Amino acid sequence: MIQLKGLRKEYGKQTVLDGIDLDIAKGEIVVVIGPSGTGKSTLLRCINFLETPTAGEITVGDLTVDACSTSRKDILALRRRTAFVFQNYALFANKNALDNIAERLIVVDRWPKEKARQKAREILQRIGLADKAEAYPASLSGGQQQRVGIGRAMATGAEVILFDEPTSSLDPEWVEEVPGLMKQLAREHQTMLVVTHEMSFARDVADRVIFVDGGRIVEQGPPSELFSNPRDPRTRDFLRKVLPDQTA
Amino acid sequence: MNVLDLDYMLGLIPVLLKYLPLTLEMAAAGMVLALVLACLLAVIRVLKVPVLDRFAMLFISFFRGTPLLVQLFLFYYGLPQLMSSLTAINGITATIMGLTMHFSAYMAESIRAAIVGVDRSQTEAALSIGMTNAQLMRRIVLPQATRIAVPTLMNYFLDMIKATSLAFTLGVTELMGSAQKEAAGSFLYFEAFIIVAIIYRGIVELLSWLQRYLEHRLNRAYSR
Ligand SMILES: Nc1ncnc2c1ncn2[C@@H]1O[C@H](COP(=O)(O)OP(=O)(O)OP(=O)(O)O)[C@@H](O)[C@H]1O
Ligand SMILES: [Mg+2]
Repeated sequence: MIQLKGLRKEYGKQTVLDGIDLDIAKGEIVVVIGPSGTGKSTLLRCINFLETPTAGEITVGDLTVDACSTSRKDILALRRRTAFVFQNYALFANKNALDNIAERLIVVDRWPKEKARQKAREILQRIGLADKAEAYPASLSGGQQQRVGIGRAMATGAEVILFDEPTSSLDPEWVEEVPGLMKQLAREHQTMLVVTHEMSFARDVADRVIFVDGGRIVEQGPPSELFSNPRDPRTRDFLRKVLPDQTA
Repeated sequence: MNVLDLDYMLGLIPVLLKYLPLTLEMAAAGMVLALVLACLLAVIRVLKVPVLDRFAMLFISFFRGTPLLVQLFLFYYGLPQLMSSLTAINGITATIMGLTMHFSAYMAESIRAAIVGVDRSQTEAALSIGMTNAQLMRRIVLPQATRIAVPTLMNYFLDMIKATSLAFTLGVTELMGSAQKEAAGSFLYFEAFIIVAIIYRGIVELLSWLQRYLEHRLNRAYSR
């Protein structure tokens, strides 16, 4: 239901994504890992055209978009089927928690305000922030802001939620609440593509882990296999660094 | 040294205040038009609209780079010479045009800076939920940019009120022009101009209060 074919991204002469092919099934939770600067963020950003891919094809649900011939309409349609959770939360500073979540329903889906806010209230309940509806982002902790960020993504009803290192800006004391919420979403069979350095999240939640290096998918598999029995030397090398206790 | 003629000064206040509405009207009209033009210029510059962006840059550099008085003379004396349909452009209109263009150039730059100052990741977040550029400007960027820009824009408004005094060089009898006339009749120049100064100072003080109130309101908005 999500399919990438030959996705490429170049900045000038630098190739950041070197032909990514990827199929993600409905309800699947895919975690992307890999060294810094290998194009993980770029991959997610290309899927909803926050960056314009240089070449390749993106299918989300029944919509297929070819990077080489896109219209504004295609890009909007693609963005409306995907949702993004940002490393630095990126909440709308001029809107309270409730309206951050309701914004998409009001502006993009053109729901009546009251209905949108009602739905946003339900989401706040689900993310455990019902009492923070009126709070502006500046007065929320990092963990709370990121949960609102996830709530905003949930409100879109998107076919897939893209997470770019959702926990790496958080103080250690707040880190647990965000993976907790993501696990809850996973149990609800929300399709997710997650870039993270949290190997424990990958191990506990992912259906499939993808190791990316140099803009390519080097190796992929269920976490139990990939973590305990990596085949490629680059994967082994990377895992040795991030899982010091698990020397392979 | 002569002593100031206090009775004359007090008597002058109501006479000069009659011209205050015209001063304020020119400033208000200039401010509204300048704001509209400045927003347009700023958006063109931020979005780097082809061709228009070059034009906006040229416009801004001309009106920031030359004295307001020169611009007023160009509009009042120069334009009618080029376009005969404007034979008698009136001094008030020329002043409002001049103030509008001159201040819009400055205001465009501060609005542009305010727009650019809104955290770029919020723009991406708005795009990621499927907003169009227009929606993202209207609902996310401009409200926040306004908050950043209001203090500077208010300062320009105060400058503009003071700058309306240049209208008297185009033969407009506003606050300054009327003081000039009164002084020419009585030869009490110091008295007349100090009263004008006090009146301008008073308006500026009143508006500074308004400015502080506005800023207080705007700052309260996102901090709860
Ligand atoms: N706008 C840009 N212009 C030029 N180069 C860019 C741009 N954005 C990213 N890059 C380059 O693309 C490469 C991949 O960046 P990307 O952010 O996708 O890496 P990443 O895998 O997410 O890394 P990290 O783990 O550090 O977040 C980097 O070398 C980066 O310098
Ligand atoms: Mg990254």
